[in-house]
Amino acid sequence: MDPRASIAAIRFGLGRRPDDPVPGDPVAWLDRQVTLPSPQRQLPGLAAPLSQAQAAALYQQRAMATRGENGPARREIRAATDGDALGWVAHCLLSDAPFQDRLTNFWANHFTVSRRVPNAGMFVGPLIREVIRPNLFNRYEDLLLAAARQPGLIVYLSNGRSSGPNSQAAMRPGNNTRRGLNENLAREILELHTVSPAAGYTQEDVTSFARILTGWRIDRGDEAAAFRFSNRQHEPGEKVLLGRRFPEGEQGAVEALRFLARHPATHRHIATKLARHFVADDPPREAVARIEAVFRDTGGDLAAVSRALIRLPQAWAPPLSKVRDPLDYVLAVGRGLGFGPDQAEWLVQAMEDCGQPLWKAPQPNGWPDVATEWAQPEALLHRIQWAHAVSGRVAQRRDPRGFAAATLGPLASPEMLREAARAGSAQDAYTLVLVSPEYLRR
Amino acid sequence: MSLLDLSPTHCPGPRLSRRGALLGFGAAFALGGSRLAFAQASGDARLVVVLLRGGLDGLGAVQPYGDPAFAGLRGPLALPEPGRQGGTLDLGGRFGLHPSLAQVHALYRGNQALVVHAVAGPYRSRSHFDAQDMLESGATERLDSGWLNRALVAVQGGPRGQAGLAVGLDVPLLMKGPAEVRNFAPAAPSALSPDLMARVEGLLARDPAFGPAVRRGQEERRFASAALGDDAPQGMGGRRGGGFGPLAAAAGRLMATAGGPRIAALETAGFDTHVSQGIKLAASLTMLDNGLAGLREGMGEAVWARTVVLVITEFGRTARINGTQGTDHGTAGVALLLGGAVAGGKVRTDWPGLGQGRLFEDRDLAPTTDLRGIAKAVLRDHLRLPPQAVDAAFPGSAGIAPATGLIRA
Repeated sequence: MDPRASIAAIRFGLGRRPDDPVPGDPVAWLDRQVTLPSPQRQLPGLAAPLSQAQAAALYQQRAMATRGENGPARREIRAATDGDALGWVAHCLLSDAPFQDRLTNFWANHFTVSRRVPNAGMFVGPLIREVIRPNLFNRYEDLLLAAARQPGLIVYLSNGRSSGPNSQAAMRPGNNTRRGLNENLAREILELHTVSPAAGYTQEDVTSFARILTGWRIDRGDEAAAFRFSNRQHEPGEKVLLGRRFPEGEQGAVEALRFLARHPATHRHIATKLARHFVADDPPREAVARIEAVFRDTGGDLAAVSRALIRLPQAWAPPLSKVRDPLDYVLAVGRGLGFGPDQAEWLVQAMEDCGQPLWKAPQPNGWPDVATEWAQPEALLHRIQWAHAVSGRVAQRRDPRGFAAATLGPLASPEMLREAARAGSAQDAYTLVLVSPEYLRR
Repeated sequence: MSLLDLSPTHCPGPRLSRRGALLGFGAAFALGGSRLAFAQASGDARLVVVLLRGGLDGLGAVQPYGDPAFAGLRGPLALPEPGRQGGTLDLGGRFGLHPSLAQVHALYRGNQALVVHAVAGPYRSRSHFDAQDMLESGATERLDSGWLNRALVAVQGGPRGQAGLAVGLDVPLLMKGPAEVRNFAPAAPSALSPDLMARVEGLLARDPAFGPAVRRGQEERRFASAALGDDAPQGMGGRRGGGFGPLAAAAGRLMATAGGPRIAALETAGFDTHVSQGIKLAASLTMLDNGLAGLREGMGEAVWARTVVLVITEFGRTARINGTQGTDHGTAGVALLLGGAVAGGKVRTDWPGLGQGRLFEDRDLAPTTDLRGIAKAVLRDHLRLPPQAVDAAFPGSAGIAPATGLIRA
């Protein structure tokens, strides 16, 4: 196998399944995936993926459910989200367009909505399917705008009740609950999703952007909740953000988001994150500059950016330098062993045991993407113990070296193959393959 | 206006602009919301630093009910005064401790808890991720190592000194750096044979990240299982009943073990209270209160008597309640010092006031005490570090003198 075929599958994909065809031209194989993804299928034995409308209905039920974290309604809602997460893992296990799925997981982490905020958790799957995947190869501003209108981010970053200090809602007679601004969403869009602190924005910019975003909420209608612009909560008047003026009304936020998406600091910020993900923790300057230039020159065309990522020479240089985070590692092991949807639940548990519970990032900046955060002693020992448990499940197959060759190709090191051959049992041999540096990295 | 002026401190250095560098990718994360890291220090003194991620609302945790502007700014988030139903717990007049911190209050009454109010690091970032990085770096920019690790270098006598220990699946930036810090987390017993584990170790030896990690992880497991025996927590995260409480209790026991770590860093999250702060802050403070009590219990009285627990957060929150019954990112807040070695029973503040014109940028509690002066005092007076080592822990802080009177003589 051409090492480039292995790198394409491991670094740009989610790891090889043993029956995956070996692409003759790895770049062309990746290029062919730069196209509108097919909808996520319902897999045997798993629930149908939640639609945004269904998630919104769950949100509505949860809002109306009696208090108490473990009421029956809340348990059912949690189970529905658990099922949705299983469906996504099963999709990733079976996918034959894994570059799309890697990019999807990248953007889902970029626009983190965490299940740690239970009111927002049911929207993560719909965010992936109805916002990220349809916009995977559109312009970044379209992706940003769709994400910012999705209920998940609005709930997670608490914009729903944010009201302009001079809005009708705040001025209403008898308003003794003091409705007013909440600047959480505004700050995180600036810091995490667009220009980053490198742009040098001020507190005034944050507050002003929060005013622009007032009224940007979700509507609890009769049946389902959906994005709605509330004029009653909107702060009247023109606002200024980073020296630009934006008009009153819903259009002001749309224009501001597009302006932020097109900002050169956003290009640099996203280019750096992408290069970090696909090349190295400390990405080479030329790689960042290349992606940044494509971002700028194409107006943020994510298809062009994706093709440029595939063509970064630095991304193809062995050895594998990135550490697989638990999500990547568990998926790669599951794919490598040819697991199907019936194993998804066990794999989701493994992600949690290894330190990265799915869709439950602790903070809005998502999971880290550098080795120093993942290659810590206890986290590694947890992985090793899990790899040993997995190996016990497949030990009857008795061909660990064939498994190593099928999943890693020429990236399998002679040391690892020698150790696997000398192991005292098939379980031990599989364990040694799965905890080798080449399997722990991508 | 100065409510309590036990020790005149003054404003920190020049105001710093928001940092221009791109940060946040490497920001630390927590598993199951909580994490713990240890290291070995010489001498008998124990130090635990507790990081509260998300930005603890200092005005909510320690309420300045004696300030006439407080109730107006806070509305329903201002709790009744001490002595009234649902009221705060008295801290000697003018300040009241949140009722969810009842066990901390008991320590306060026993002169084992000290509150520092209107305190902040030298940075003025309201970004969680920048502020956490700088808080842990002990500097006005993100460094590759944390101040507690650099202090450890001095305690251990250099980077090759006796190794320490870390509990949790990760090590926070505060504890990263040249001093060796090992790592422990609750885990199910390993089913790998010693022979297989040795082969795994051999296979990973050539990997620059995983080689040292697997070796150190095993050393630590040997120590921890000897120290904790059958009572070791078996899992992390909420579902398995792990989290801050069990980690804090395990930390206490490990630190009380002969040959155990003397310095630990614990962290927990859940303080970013933008919405409905009343309920959320009470829950997070209850968890903190129980965790701190568990830490103390795990240590036992004799070790607790030689201990300082320093509780810090990346920033305080807005002085005014926001439009959604919460508070947004602010500037100054509180730090807590707990333990038998603390000269407690007081609120230490140069109170800036909350009235007209007193707030920082007309929105936040103004910082009047530099957090570095508090931490430096702990390093100097409790760990007995020489001045050069204290300065190395907090580079660029020569103008910030260690506070006095925090540690029992």
